[in-house]
Amino acid sequence: MPHPLLEVSGLGVEFRTRRGVARVLEDVSFALPRAGTLGLVGESGCGKSITALAAMRLIPQPPGRITAGRVLLEGRDLLALPEAQMRAIRGDRMSMIFQEPMTSLNPAYTVGDQIAEAVIEHQHAGRREALSRATEMLDAVGIPAAARRVHDYPHQFSGGMRQRVMIAMALACKPDVLIADEPTTALDVTVQAQIFDLISELRERTGTAVILITHDMGAIAEMADRVAVMYAGRVVEEGAAVDVLERPLHPYTQGLIACAPGRRQHAPGQPLVEIPGTVPSLLERRGGCAFADRCAQVQPRCRDRLPAETVFGEGERRVLCWLHAADQRVAA
Amino acid sequence: MSSVQPPSGAPAATASPAAAAVEALSPWREGWRVFRANKAAIAGLAMLVLIVGAMVLGPAWYGVAAMDIAAGPFTPPFTDAKVWLGTDYLGRDVLAGLLIGGRATVLVGLAAAAVAVSIGITLGALAGFFGGWVDALLSRVVELFQVLPALLFAMVLVTLFSPSLAVVVFAIGLVAWTGTARLARAEFMRLRGMEFAAAARAMGAGPLRLMLREILPNALPPLIVSASLIIGAAILFEAGLSFLGLSDPNVMSWGLMIGSNRRNILECWWGVTFPGAAIFLTVLSVSLVGDGLNDALNPKLHLR
Repeated sequence: MPHPLLEVSGLGVEFRTRRGVARVLEDVSFALPRAGTLGLVGESGCGKSITALAAMRLIPQPPGRITAGRVLLEGRDLLALPEAQMRAIRGDRMSMIFQEPMTSLNPAYTVGDQIAEAVIEHQHAGRREALSRATEMLDAVGIPAAARRVHDYPHQFSGGMRQRVMIAMALACKPDVLIADEPTTALDVTVQAQIFDLISELRERTGTAVILITHDMGAIAEMADRVAVMYAGRVVEEGAAVDVLERPLHPYTQGLIACAPGRRQHAPGQPLVEIPGTVPSLLERRGGCAFADRCAQVQPRCRDRLPAETVFGEGERRVLCWLHAADQRVAA
Repeated sequence: MSSVQPPSGAPAATASPAAAAVEALSPWREGWRVFRANKAAIAGLAMLVLIVGAMVLGPAWYGVAAMDIAAGPFTPPFTDAKVWLGTDYLGRDVLAGLLIGGRATVLVGLAAAAVAVSIGITLGALAGFFGGWVDALLSRVVELFQVLPALLFAMVLVTLFSPSLAVVVFAIGLVAWTGTARLARAEFMRLRGMEFAAAARAMGAGPLRLMLREILPNALPPLIVSASLIIGAAILFEAGLSFLGLSDPNVMSWGLMIGSNRRNILECWWGVTFPGAAIFLTVLSVSLVGDGLNDALNPKLHLR
C-alpha cells in the first residue's frame, strides 16, 4: 500500500510546567491523503493546535517535548530529521496559516517582500522572479490590483485581506500540505465564508492537501473529506466527514454537533445547546475516559480505563468509547 | 442614515481615493511627517546641521591651527579682529579650538556610541531571543558592568592603556552599552513571541534569519532613540575624560579646552565658557533630534 501524503501515528506531546507535567497529546493518529482535506475539531484546549505545531516540529522545547509517535511525510519521518532539513521542509513542502492575520505579518516589510522571502529561501529564485511570483500569488488569492498592492505594507490591508496574504505566502512554494489553524476565527462572518471558499478553490487548483483546524462544524461539513474529533489530547472519533456529521458515534461528537447553532434541532428563541462542564485540566489526568465527567451516557467502567479503539471497516471509521467497544456492544 | 453613506454602492469593498492616497505613504515618509510636526526636533536638527557643518568646513575656512599661539595670552573676546573669541592662557585661538576640537569630541562621541550600541544590541538580542541559560549568563554580565562606576571604570581603562582616541572610544563604549542591551533584550523577548515570528518560523526561517530579518527591524525604533541618547552621553563622557586630562593631549577637544583653562577660570572666563556652551548645545540638539525620532518611529503616532 502506498504511503498517504501525511501520516501521524501515536503522537504524544507533554509540557513541563511548574505544577507538573501536562500530557497534552496522547496517541494521536490520523492520515491525510494527497489533495484531501482533514478537519481537526474540538473545543479550545483539546490539542488541535499542538497537533499541528508538533507535525511541523514547531513545539517550543522546552517546555514542550514530543514523547512518542511519528509524523511521516511521504513515508519520511519528520521527527527524525535534523533541524536544518526540517527548516527546508517548512514553508516549502508544509506550511501553516494562523488564527490572527492582524499580527501574523511582519509590519516592517511590504507583503510582496514577505511572500518573496519564502520563494527566495526555498526555491533559490532571484528577487525579481520571486516578486513576480508574489504578485501572481496575491492575484490568485483575490487581492485586487495585485501588482500595486505587492508594494504595500501589512497595516494597509484589512483583516480578511491579510489572511489572504498569509494564504498567498503559505502557498507561494506550492506546498503539499497546508495547515490552517482556525484561519477565520478573527474575521467577520462574511469574510469567513470567502476565506473558506478561497482555500477550497486553491486546494482544487493546486492539489495541496489541507488540515483545517476549527471548532466550526459548519466549516467541516463544507470543507472536509475526513474529520478527526479531539478531546483532551486524544482523537476520540475519526472518519469520513459525512459519516461523522450524520451519525456521530462518540457522545462528545454528538454534543459538538448538537451545539452548532443553526443546525437541525435548533429553533429561534430557544437557548443554545451546550455540553455541561469544561475540558479537564491535563495536569490531573486520571485513568479512564477524560470525557466521563461531562458525558450523559457515562458508565462505571468509563472512569477506570479507556477501551481499545474500535475500528470499522478498513479503518474508515474509528471511535474511542465503551459504547462502541468491539467486544461489548451492549452496555453493561 | 442613508445621507451619510457615499452614493455609490459597496462602501466596504473599496477605500475612498483620499484614504488610499494617505495610506500609500511608506513608513519613512510617514515618520518624516511626524518628525516635522515636532518643532523642537526640527530646531535640534537645524542646530546639529549647523554644528556639524562648522566642524567640517570651519577649520579650513578659518585657517588657524588650534594648538598654535595666535596672539598674546588672555586676549578677551571681541577685542582683537584676528582672534574673535579671544585666546587662552597660552595665547591659543579659542575659536580655532572650538572648530577643530569639536571634531574630536563629536567623533569620539559617535564612535563610542556605535561601539556601545553594537555590543548592547548583540548581547541583548542573544539574551532575549534564546532566553534560558544564555539569558541568565548574559544578564549577569550586563549587571556586572552596571554595578561598576562608569567614570571610574573608563578612567581605569584609559590609564591602563595609552590615552589615545581609540582607547577613549572603547573605554566609553564599554561603560555605556548596558542600557541598550537591556532594551534590546526586552524587545527581542517581546517580539520573538509575536505571531509574525511564529509565522516566519513556520515558513522555514532559522534563528539567524529570525533575529536579523524578522525581529531586529521591529526592535530598531526604541534602539535608535536610545542610541541618540547614548551619543549625547558619550560626548559628555569624552569631555569629562578630557577635562580630567585622560585623553590624547595632542588632539584638541572641547573637554581638553575646559580642562586646561580651568585654573584661569576667573581671569579668562571665555576659555571655558565657549567650549562648555558648545558641548551643551551639541548634546541638547542631539537629544532634541532623539526625541523627534522617538515620535517619528512610534507607529501609534502614524496615520492609519
